[in-house]
Amino acid sequence: MYRQAPASVQAGEFQNRISGVLRGADGPIADVRITVTGEDFEGETTSGENGSWSIDVPQQGAYEVELDESTLPDGIELAEGQQNPRTVTFAGTTNVTTLFLFGEGIVTGTSNFLDTLVDRTVAGLSFGLLLALSAVGLSLIFGTTGLTNFAHGEMVTAGAVFAFGFAALGLPAFLAIVLAVLGGAALGFVQDAGLWKPLRQRGSGLIPMMIVSIGLALALRYIIQFNFGGATQQLPGAQGQMLNFGLISITRNNLTSLIVSLIAILLIAFLLLRTRIGKATRAVADNPALAAASGIDVDRVIRLVWVIGGALAALGGILWAYYRPGVSFNMGQQILLLIFAGVVLGGLGTVFGALLGSVIVGLFVEVSTIWLQADLKYVGALLIMILVLLFRPQGILGRRERIG
Amino acid sequence: MDFGNIFSLAFGEIISPTTAAYALAALGLAVHFGYSGLLNFGQAGFMAMGAYGYAISTLTFNAPVAVAVLVALLASVIFAVILGIPTLRLRADYLAIVTIAAAEIVRYIVTTNGLTEITGSANGLAQGFETGFFALNFIPEGTYNIGPVSMNQNGLFVRVIAWTIVALACLAVWALMRSPWGRVLKGIREDENAVRALGKNVYAYKMQALIIGGLMGTVAGMIFVIPRGAVQPANYATELTFFLYTVLLLGGMATVLGPVIGAMIFWVVLSLTQSLLFGAIETGAITFLTNVQAGQLRYILVGVALMLLMIFRPQGVLGNKKELAFA
Repeated sequence: MYRQAPASVQAGEFQNRISGVLRGADGPIADVRITVTGEDFEGETTSGENGSWSIDVPQQGAYEVELDESTLPDGIELAEGQQNPRTVTFAGTTNVTTLFLFGEGIVTGTSNFLDTLVDRTVAGLSFGLLLALSAVGLSLIFGTTGLTNFAHGEMVTAGAVFAFGFAALGLPAFLAIVLAVLGGAALGFVQDAGLWKPLRQRGSGLIPMMIVSIGLALALRYIIQFNFGGATQQLPGAQGQMLNFGLISITRNNLTSLIVSLIAILLIAFLLLRTRIGKATRAVADNPALAAASGIDVDRVIRLVWVIGGALAALGGILWAYYRPGVSFNMGQQILLLIFAGVVLGGLGTVFGALLGSVIVGLFVEVSTIWLQADLKYVGALLIMILVLLFRPQGILGRRERIG
Repeated sequence: MDFGNIFSLAFGEIISPTTAAYALAALGLAVHFGYSGLLNFGQAGFMAMGAYGYAISTLTFNAPVAVAVLVALLASVIFAVILGIPTLRLRADYLAIVTIAAAEIVRYIVTTNGLTEITGSANGLAQGFETGFFALNFIPEGTYNIGPVSMNQNGLFVRVIAWTIVALACLAVWALMRSPWGRVLKGIREDENAVRALGKNVYAYKMQALIIGGLMGTVAGMIFVIPRGAVQPANYATELTFFLYTVLLLGGMATVLGPVIGAMIFWVVLSLTQSLLFGAIETGAITFLTNVQAGQLRYILVGVALMLLMIFRPQGVLGNKKELAFA
């Protein structure tokens, strides 16, 4: 009888995949033989035109990956310190990526602590700001409607999946990303119009709405998987080169991500602080009844908040797809708790708190990898959230009344 | 399509140990959420305590069955206390976020490569931790039939034990909830401040409820892994908790038998939809789906069912609308 535990979605064999991309200084390296052995399985493949390779394996576990160095083109060899063969282990996901680095310019193994710290800090800042994009939306929605939205992770995923879809249609990357952000805004609009507004009008309580959002998250996640599949795909330009600015080195994608997030957040800040509609939003977040009494159209403000929240989540999702790197159906779920951590840390319902909290979470996650195993890097951030709730439940920028 | 086979598979789900485990874990959630109003989203963590507590003490420390069970229960109590101290004073949605985070922390820790020796990291544990349990089997060897389902002596043994435990737990919850202690809990659910004004220690009552419901989740975790003979960390992700909430809401959240009936409906529906979809794909009646997609379609249904239940029938099959943990 075919039987599976519900929490692990591994229907069908060979859902697990080991993959990577071979790239030298001059571009992708094709026709290199790679073998995978382990768990009573052997498989081999050769890298394609774009340098990518993947081998599907029957079960999660530890595998030995070997690159056949005799099949490398002339003049290209593995960088110093690159293990070959090497062992890769699945860590709770159905995909593992392993990268072989080539050439002489790349030095692996970090030289000194300060360099590592600076690198991790910059990466953490980039990660924190992309978290902040999603967190600001989540916090705005919480502030204006009181809803703790567990489906926000799927809005993040949707953004990246939209971008992948538009890029797959042949649109240039920039246009695909803009359309994906608009798609995220549309998803926010449709969600509010089709589900949340009717529920608000029925007078549903906050806890039932929260459980509804969990159902929505499950449904959306599997709808995305249904259409997108279980594999990890790459957005165009996912392989960025490293840029060096003296002490700091950062991939071009991370730098772009950092700048894009900063611009988006400054725009939102301007919108909230300097425009009429922003003032109205803050008024609704502060006290919906009083705002309605002073002539603010509360439903319109909430609708706008959902649209902006959806767009920001989609943008966050695209940046997250470049950061990981890769698009997969559960990528949003992976950072949902970190987004919550950012929001709670800064103070539930406060926009600038969400920004500050997310940056702290991002920095903490990345910097903690200096001491912690990489597969434990989210644990520290979640622990911090719990500790903050213990000693300052209203968060860093929150007001005391919010703890209820 | 062989409908006889499909229905016997579905019947097999009603009495399967997995259904018993879901029923028991959901009953624990009924104590938390249905009766006390505690929005525990970390039940997967409690189940992991049972699974790993039992398997690790058996494999790493060669503990006998009784000791292994006690270790798992103790781990569960410690987890509940650590979880309860910072969170039980907080509002419901904060509690939800913290408990879900705590369950995820447990999952990250048992998955990390640094602890492979003890937890087996992403591969989980197998290596025969269940043999000690089956050595206790008093049922003579042979093939046994319950309705259309046939099983060997071990299959029968694990079902008898699992459902006996579920029955005892139901009895215990029923007795507890009509005792003065249970009435205080329901009072806390309705109005915490009123109960506090009566001089009751609300915090202590909540902590006791958290421990009792968590213990049920822990026992459920053991029932879940023993017949499989394998512990896999990916099973203890947040989705497990959400499935348990679906089970609880299906049956009725503040009822004793609701979680049991909810678990049965949940698994029968999953089994029927899977068999029917796979059958339709095999016979060519459905061509626009692959087997993998059919599997995913069922979980889309779970999500939609959870939303619709919450919106249109929050009291579930058995519940009473007046006994909801929220207004």
